[in-house]
Amino acid sequence: MMHQKSVLRVVSKLLIPPILLFALYVQFHGDFGPGGGFQAGVIFAAGFILYALIFGVASARRVIPAAATRALLSLGVLLYAGTGVASMLMGAEFLNYSVLAATPLAGQHLGILLVELGVGMTVTGAMVTIFYTFAAQPGGDELPRNKQNNPDEGAKT
Amino acid sequence: MAVTAVFMLWLRDLVAVIMLSGIYSLFAAMIYVVMDAVDVAFTEAAVGAGVATVLMLGTLALTRQGTEKVHKTISWGPLSLVLVTGAVLIYGTLDMPRYGDPNAPVHSHVAPRYIERSASEVGPPNIVTSVLASYRGYDTLGETAVVFTAAIGVLVILGRRNRRQRKKAKREDAT
Repeated sequence: MMHQKSVLRVVSKLLIPPILLFALYVQFHGDFGPGGGFQAGVIFAAGFILYALIFGVASARRVIPAAATRALLSLGVLLYAGTGVASMLMGAEFLNYSVLAATPLAGQHLGILLVELGVGMTVTGAMVTIFYTFAAQPGGDELPRNKQNNPDEGAKT
Repeated sequence: MAVTAVFMLWLRDLVAVIMLSGIYSLFAAMIYVVMDAVDVAFTEAAVGAGVATVLMLGTLALTRQGTEKVHKTISWGPLSLVLVTGAVLIYGTLDMPRYGDPNAPVHSHVAPRYIERSASEVGPPNIVTSVLASYRGYDTLGETAVVFTAAIGVLVILGRRNRRQRKKAKREDAT
């Protein structure tokens, strides 16, 4: 059923790369323009979920397996807290980034970059994990999930 | 926005209600853009209008309930409770300073210090980022933990059942 919607497929194929690129821009340009980890993570996840909706969750799982999203989810929090612990080990308070690099300003910059990356990873991981879990439910037939449910799924990819 | 909200209450078809809630979020995102909070608008458009709509549709597909149950009788107790709460909330907003008032408490407490010293203490030109990630690092760590916990919660509640069913299917395949 899904493979007939060629307009949707072409438009989403055109849209998804800019969405993902924009998410990365929001992530790494967050200290200069509006945005940051949370926004970037959400946009990245939205772009990915769009892919899963159009091309089927089965092919989305081949791009990013569920285990990878779960790992991303935990690694983000770990990176954030780890930055805090690293600043503690280098002789300052928890999450005081000033000691992370040679000068306080560079340290703050590095710390914010790492922390925002952690937030972005966690948010992306969380959104995609929740989406996968919902889509994998029995009866989630609106979202094609495996070959038994959607025989043409395997043939078309 | 008000029209969308009223229609959401009025309609009984849940798919239409979900679509309207997405539209409502999009309107909210536009308001944030108008108020110069572009980053909040990003979030509202992506989460409220995008991901949440998809998840609600997914839930609807799972519960297989297309329409809302109609209650013919009006339950006075809850109705009066809601009305009183609403009145108290509106009464509360009367005490709030006007939008953009420079003497509002929120602008006279720690905000001037952030604005004056952020560039020399933290660096990034975007003060929002320096407040979120550096001055209020603990809060943001907490928020990240909340997002993490939410995903873990969904995994624990829904994910385990999936795995059990997948195992069962495998066993059936084997026999």
